[in-house]
Amino acid sequence: MDLFEYQGKQYFARYGIAVSAGGVALTVDEAVAQAELAKYPVVIKAQVQVGGRGKAGGIKLANNADEVRLHAKNILGMDIKGHIVKRVWVEHASDIAEEYYASFTLDRSAKRHLLMLSAQGGVEIEHVAVVDPTAIVKLHVNPVEGLSLDAAKRAVVDARISEKAQDGVAAMLLKLYECFTKGDCDLAEINPLILKPTGEVHALDAKVTLDANAAFRHPEWDEYRETEELDEREKLAREKNLQYIGLDGSVGIIANGAGLAMSTLDVVNQVGGKAANFLDIGGGANAELMTAALEVINSDTKVKSIFINIFGGITRGDEVAKGIVEAMKRVKLRAPIVIRLDGTNATEGRAIIAAAGIAESQLISRSTMLEAARSAVEIAGKK
Amino acid sequence: MAIFVNEKTKVLVQGLTGGQGRFHGLRNRDYGTQVVAGVTPGKAGQDVEGIPVFDTVESAVAATGATASFIAVPPKAAPAAILEAARAGIGFVVCITEGVPAQDEARVFATLQRDFPKTRLLGPNCPGIISPGKCNIGITAGEIAALPTAKGPNVGIVSRSGTLTYQALYELKQRNIGVSTCVGIGGDPVPGTSFVDCLAEFQSDPETHAIIMIGEIGGTAEEEAAEFIMTHVTKPMSAYIAGVTAPAGKKMGHAGAIVSGGKGTAQGKMDALKSAGVKVGLNPTEACELMAQIIASM
Repeated sequence: MDLFEYQGKQYFARYGIAVSAGGVALTVDEAVAQAELAKYPVVIKAQVQVGGRGKAGGIKLANNADEVRLHAKNILGMDIKGHIVKRVWVEHASDIAEEYYASFTLDRSAKRHLLMLSAQGGVEIEHVAVVDPTAIVKLHVNPVEGLSLDAAKRAVVDARISEKAQDGVAAMLLKLYECFTKGDCDLAEINPLILKPTGEVHALDAKVTLDANAAFRHPEWDEYRETEELDEREKLAREKNLQYIGLDGSVGIIANGAGLAMSTLDVVNQVGGKAANFLDIGGGANAELMTAALEVINSDTKVKSIFINIFGGITRGDEVAKGIVEAMKRVKLRAPIVIRLDGTNATEGRAIIAAAGIAESQLISRSTMLEAARSAVEIAGKK
Repeated sequence: MAIFVNEKTKVLVQGLTGGQGRFHGLRNRDYGTQVVAGVTPGKAGQDVEGIPVFDTVESAVAATGATASFIAVPPKAAPAAILEAARAGIGFVVCITEGVPAQDEARVFATLQRDFPKTRLLGPNCPGIISPGKCNIGITAGEIAALPTAKGPNVGIVSRSGTLTYQALYELKQRNIGVSTCVGIGGDPVPGTSFVDCLAEFQSDPETHAIIMIGEIGGTAEEEAAEFIMTHVTKPMSAYIAGVTAPAGKKMGHAGAIVSGGKGTAQGKMDALKSAGVKVGLNPTEACELMAQIIASM
């Protein structure tokens, strides 16, 4: 789950990381009120989960209420790379002496935490990695031992952070590490991490991705759910507890298992079509689940055919077939179904579908993944 | 032979009295697996259809001589369950639990590495392992796996995805190709057992003559496998990578399946495997057809 900058800063503040005084605003009036609280001059920042806000005009400095009004009016509703700005963050403008970069992630290959630190902040770290890879210090941290102050200090020296900022940055790294681990982040990134002329070290931006699997021990995350940017189909799927990702093709997909669902997308693409979604119905593909899945797919007006790809392991083919027949009675579908049923009790399942007497124009059964994909794509029309 | 588990493996089930543990534990026993004990704190003295239940892994091991553990407990309890099994001296732990936080997985892995190097963890969030005809731990339906033949050639399977593992087992069975062992390593960010671990075992297993590998987008495990294959694997291989069409920045069901910052793409993984001499199919069926050709030429 990706957080907006303002949420990331509030999350950082929980772990004692210094951030600017500020507040979030949904309207121009609210922005002015937040500016008064934060004290002028203030920076007004578009809250979108995409890079390049500054270049798009989504970050502006304001010295008084009139300027706040002008900029907030322009920024709210702005389209930044397809993301519409619904909120702005208004914070007291900081004087900047130097800009650094710091982040923690999990290095899956090393199975260790990874600190990345650079004295070159405020620009894309991917850019630094290409232009001057030696400017980024990478330090692996053993998840059991954690990050020691000594190790943090060494990293700071290695990254050639100015001497006057070294203690402050090292202390900041310990706090960021705590936020990353105790806060169950997949990513905790500060860019830029700034040194003020007064000598304080301060997080000027926040990029935080939370691990959804850890939500059970973070009741404070509930509020982030409300601001998640999901399309209508994804919202409906979440209500029904389905693993769904909206895409932009015309073949609706239902499969059991994440791997098989991904593979179904691939096969549809291979035969010249394009999937409308990823949907993993999971293990128990009964009538309830199948009805819910078909309702979600049916809400997508771009869908011209529905490819149900089920491999029976523990999920039995006859139960899946019953589920589909029952679901088709409950949902009036706008597109025909092509089903491929294989594995445990597939023969019985196919017999149940045949016996249900559903017209070929509504339901076609195919024996392999590839054949089913071809039929589904044929009905939907090529991409 | 077979890898990791065989007819001598004695399995205890942590969470045997729960819904999942009971269902799969009994299925594993029905398959012929030696399921010797269950562990649920506070339920010592009870039994599940004749399988005795103990309070701790330690007491279960002492009473039954269990050598492997099958963990089917909720995500909150899984990290402690894994470490309890390791502390009791269990050598092979299979954890099917889905939804364990990545930070917990990283800590558990590092703890095993430091304090219990003799314990191998498979998973979390994996379908388990089956050595057909000998031992089945996890959620795989045993009947879709073909038995290995004495003369061979037999195939070893290693996969990050559950249903695609079943698909591969099923397709091989339809082609009458025997399977030595099929390992599902799971789709999480920090799997206890990697592709490389399994490839190394298959390479030295005399009963395995060829290997199928099924990967997916995200991470660099397939690229590391390709590097290992180039230098250490002489047995012929075919592979499939799921997620060619997956959009960047979206987790495709599994916590570990995500293309981010241009890394972890299916194409990159397929290219790496091809240059290591692996025959790569564009879908699971094609990968199994390629394997059938390999087997026919042996």
